[in-house]
Amino acid sequence: MTVHEWLFIGLFFALGWMLPTIPIVAGKLLGPKRPNKIKQQTYECGIETVGNTWVQFRAQYYVFALVFVVFDVELIFLFPWAMAYNKLGLFALFEMTVFILLLVVALVYTWRKGALEWE
Amino acid sequence: MVPLWMYLLVAAGLFSIGLYGVLSRRNAVAILMSIELMLNAVNINLVAFWRYNSPGDLNGQVFALFVFVVAAAEAAVGLALIITIYRRHKSVIVEDVDLLKW
Amino acid sequence: MDITAESVVFLILSALTLGSGLLVVTSRNLFHAALYLMLSLFGVAGLFALLTAPFLAFVQVTVYIGAIAILIIFAIMLTPQVTRTNARNTQWVGAVVVAVVFFAVMVSVLTPLMDDLGADDWSADFSEEDPDDVPGTSLADLGEQLVDPDYYMLPFEVASVLLMAALIGAALMVSPAIADDPETETGDDESGG
Repeated sequence: MTVHEWLFIGLFFALGWMLPTIPIVAGKLLGPKRPNKIKQQTYECGIETVGNTWVQFRAQYYVFALVFVVFDVELIFLFPWAMAYNKLGLFALFEMTVFILLLVVALVYTWRKGALEWE
Repeated sequence: MVPLWMYLLVAAGLFSIGLYGVLSRRNAVAILMSIELMLNAVNINLVAFWRYNSPGDLNGQVFALFVFVVAAAEAAVGLALIITIYRRHKSVIVEDVDLLKW
Repeated sequence: MDITAESVVFLILSALTLGSGLLVVTSRNLFHAALYLMLSLFGVAGLFALLTAPFLAFVQVTVYIGAIAILIIFAIMLTPQVTRTNARNTQWVGAVVVAVVFFAVMVSVLTPLMDDLGADDWSADFSEEDPDDVPGTSLADLGEQLVDPDYYMLPFEVASVLLMAALIGAALMVSPAIADDPETETGDDESGG
């Protein structure tokens, strides 16, 4: 990674910020403002909104987020291992298999226990 | 060129902010977020020392990598505990959970 | 300190990290605090990149911002609205004193070492040398050492066991299918509550 590659990443972030910001700011500045009560309502597929926006979600969502987190952390080991794969022997493959199998065991266990079932 | 002590200063500042958060928040989730700030301060220190002291050695980076793993496990179990506490006590305010207090 | 591109980037990133870190512990809305936490973690990722640890910066973005912060937001959404405050408790003045004293101690330790910890042979200045030449920054080396029995094989496998325990334990605690199961009910919970 040289300094030029970091410049590209900086450019990417600058563009990423600009693309949504410019239309929003331009719309604020240029658009006519004639608000009335119906216009000010929250838009939700055209139907009138029911209840509070900050509802309480079901705890089941957390289990899925949990599975995602664990396999996301697995990725940080998988990635350097894959980079060095050509230099590594069969033993390294065995180690990574053990690593992944342990996590698969955890996934299968939670699945069999019914934690992933949606009621 | 940024000298090492500036990184250490930023890490110390972040750790102090996290320390204040842990001691002063009422919400258990907010306390956990402050702990994440403290873990990040530690990670800055580890990586900065690795970079300036022993860049030929991977120890600092690998240590930081395992801090990530432990932080993920800690956040997962900690938040699950908070959700369980909420189910039992209908509260995530740490002062309300005083069953084991004298 | 000379004003270079690197020092400007460093100052911006540390201001971002510390500023949004302060907002995490001071903003009244817990949800906003979680969003500021993501911004603070992003600043730390930038500091990692500045320290020529691009892999750690990548891991910071994918694991911390992409997974842990999302988990925290999930936990906030799973608790009802009335508890979503980020209010401070009665001992917050003492907490300020403790944090300031801790920071002062850290600064007093750092100040006499400032000259020693200053310029070094290995500068983090990425514009002067190619970090690929710096030994130890290669991702393939990291992968090799991670599975090497002489280096980090044991912690690598233990990390897997830790993640397995975290997944099983947390999923079983949270899942309503198991919490409502009469077989796993311990019977000592507060029936009055």
